[in-house]
Amino acid sequence: MWIIKRDLLLAMRRQSDVLTTLFFFIIVVSLFPLSVGPEMNMLRTMAPGVVWVAALLASMLSLGRMFSNDYLDGTLEQMLLSPQSLSLLVLGKALAHWLVTGVPLVLMAPVLGIQYDLPVEALFVLTTALLLGTPVLSLIGAIGAALTLGLRGGGVLVSLLVLPLYIPVLIFGAGAVEANMAGVGFDAHLSLIGAFLLVSLVFAPWAAASSLRVSLE
Amino acid sequence: MAINWFKYSSPASFYSLAGKMIPIFVFVALILLAAGLYVGFFVAPTDFQQGEAYRIIFIHVPAAWMSMFLYVVMAFWAGIGLAFNTRLSSMLATAIAPTGAMFTFIALWTGALWGKPMWGTWWVWDARLTSELILFFLYIGFMSLQAAIDDPRRADKAGAIIALVGVVNIPIIYFSVQWWNTLHQGASVSVNQAPAMASTMLTGMLIMVLASWMYSIAIILKRTRIIILERESHTAWVAELQKKGVMR
Repeated sequence: MWIIKRDLLLAMRRQSDVLTTLFFFIIVVSLFPLSVGPEMNMLRTMAPGVVWVAALLASMLSLGRMFSNDYLDGTLEQMLLSPQSLSLLVLGKALAHWLVTGVPLVLMAPVLGIQYDLPVEALFVLTTALLLGTPVLSLIGAIGAALTLGLRGGGVLVSLLVLPLYIPVLIFGAGAVEANMAGVGFDAHLSLIGAFLLVSLVFAPWAAASSLRVSLE
Repeated sequence: MAINWFKYSSPASFYSLAGKMIPIFVFVALILLAAGLYVGFFVAPTDFQQGEAYRIIFIHVPAAWMSMFLYVVMAFWAGIGLAFNTRLSSMLATAIAPTGAMFTFIALWTGALWGKPMWGTWWVWDARLTSELILFFLYIGFMSLQAAIDDPRRADKAGAIIALVGVVNIPIIYFSVQWWNTLHQGASVSVNQAPAMASTMLTGMLIMVLASWMYSIAIILKRTRIIILERESHTAWVAELQKKGVMR
């Protein structure tokens, strides 16, 4: 638990990092109406997909920071040596990453949804889906971040590794909102995202921990 | 007499074994390929719905199957290499990846060529096509991760982890894409209802599948031999090979 607190403290000391991710998200979402035209009907159908893709990219861009600073100053090596379970440490770091990058996105999403003229109920579904889905992004991303630690071109590489694995979350995250707007139930989508969250909570820290061991050998 | 199962897990003895086996597999692959193509192009009847264009099936289906099998085989060997720290299994995994990616690409490409005359479009966002595309991305991710790491042992292990994560994810991705597809109901064509095939068509296809297997084994063994030489270049036995001037 202390590691979440520590990472949050570090993030607060460097607030610009948090804001950069958030503004990246906002800018990407705002670019779409400019590129496809301001017609509200089309924007409304595009909105869930656009917001989700932007959230994927924003959360992926900040993955590099999850381990690299600790890796550079040697803290990570000390963490590996500590008697604490490495999986728990990784879980803590992934949760901290989510609190710093995921939660602001979730909070900002309804505002962006209004830009796209989403109905109120769809805004609610979008926010809930993002709330369930963004932790999955941080958890899966932890594996990619751990594997590419200290590699040249790590940032681009991480996107190659991680984006295909994000696809299920993207499908059901955007699908929930679309289902709601089409008047179909969206519970199944949210349940599936919840299932992804539970599965990745169990397996991702473990896989990321073994990746860290490989990277720091 | 106890059989030493681990004899060929040593790169040095595997190297010579592979060298002896490659010509056999190449030979069998060539014969099967010739037989399969003959059956495919001359024996199998013209399809009454699809005309001659269906004959691309003899390339397309084997490639699609191989692309999926090879990913699982690759993840299997990578996992063995990770679990038991055996160098050779990791080298095999590394050697499998390019062949798997090639078959995935062929499957996608021939699929597009087949789709154009049949469905009137190069590409539909059908569940199978989409998951094949994602499989291609997974291969690319595996290969670029290994290429980015200079230390071969770290590359092996990192690759193994991403391959195993991929294997766990493939079913999830496949079903996600399938459900996504049924939700959208966009694709007007269904690839799912395979028409009953004439038995000669099936025979030709199965022969081509076998030929692809033999080709893959031959090329993977060859690539493994090259990787062995590259990684073991500092060892005495490779130096000896070089002195003798025989690289086979």
